[in-house]
Amino acid sequence: MSFMSSASNFFTSKVSDALGWARKYSIFQYPFVTACCGMEYMSTAAGHYDVDRFGAGFPRFSPRQSDVLFVVGTISHKMAPVLKTVYDQMCEPKWVVAFGVCTCTGGFYDNYATVMGIDTIIPVDIYIPGCPPRPENVIDGLMKLQDKIQKGEQSRTLYDPRTKIGRPTHLQQGYTISQHIKNIESPS
Amino acid sequence: MTSLQRVQEKFSKEIIETHAFRGDETVILHPGALRAIAQFLKETPELDFNFLMDLTAVDYLNFGECSRSARFEVVYHFYSLKHNHRLRLKVPVAEENPEIDTLSDLWVSADWYEREVWDMFGIRFKGHPNLKRILMYEEFQGHALRKDYPFNKRQPLIGPMN
Repeated sequence: MSFMSSASNFFTSKVSDALGWARKYSIFQYPFVTACCGMEYMSTAAGHYDVDRFGAGFPRFSPRQSDVLFVVGTISHKMAPVLKTVYDQMCEPKWVVAFGVCTCTGGFYDNYATVMGIDTIIPVDIYIPGCPPRPENVIDGLMKLQDKIQKGEQSRTLYDPRTKIGRPTHLQQGYTISQHIKNIESPS
Repeated sequence: MTSLQRVQEKFSKEIIETHAFRGDETVILHPGALRAIAQFLKETPELDFNFLMDLTAVDYLNFGECSRSARFEVVYHFYSLKHNHRLRLKVPVAEENPEIDTLSDLWVSADWYEREVWDMFGIRFKGHPNLKRILMYEEFQGHALRKDYPFNKRQPLIGPMN
């Protein structure tokens, strides 16, 4: 009996390994491109850097056919419900990549219009900060995403700005205008 | 005869001030005369300002020593494609009742510009056919580019306040 159970464990883990391997080399991505990062995204996707080498060369412009949501560029509060709808329309399993510092933390847009990090709205798997990130950076993020897909890991949690849980610590130290003004008024 | 001189000649009473720094001709006028002057600019053949390049507003709240009598100023930039000349109109608008006549029937492009100024500064345009927000969502409270709007105050539709 114990032999049978360990054998079945052995086979399930082998099957999930194989599934992960297949998924990580056939990433169907949905590029949600809103701003200047889109240019860097295009240069990464095009021939010179060529994300097709990683099996991610096939963008789908329908959320129902895609596995990875690439959020590329600033998300405004007016756009936020649209992004959430697109995420909800994607089939499981799904992953989200925050491309550029605006999607990671809001970047320097500390104002009335901008969402301070899309991880307050949808769960984010991979953060690629940079303004914009260089193609090498993007490919590094893509390879980290492939590792996550291989392991079958998915992010399920949102970032809570009050408790500061759910976002990598190095992305929590963004320098915003309100901090800048605070530092001018009362230098530490 | 420059376009500034033509306007000065015709509307000497309605004009508060003019200047022409390095050829940038500017007329500051009373709000009541806006439509008459605008029509004159458009329909006089020697002026023929057929292109409204820009329409925006300035909030002079807490402007220090240069503080104005009226809080807002609506700014119009006109251009004539035929004669290749430009003219800037500035109209002071008081804080108590920020309202001014529309130009959307004379220049169609004024339609969206005026909606933007309403959205961002809360200045109403009398006679505008569809004066509603153009950039922000309908749920948004207040006007974001007014100087008394807190610069980082957010009104998210979904997600936490952050």
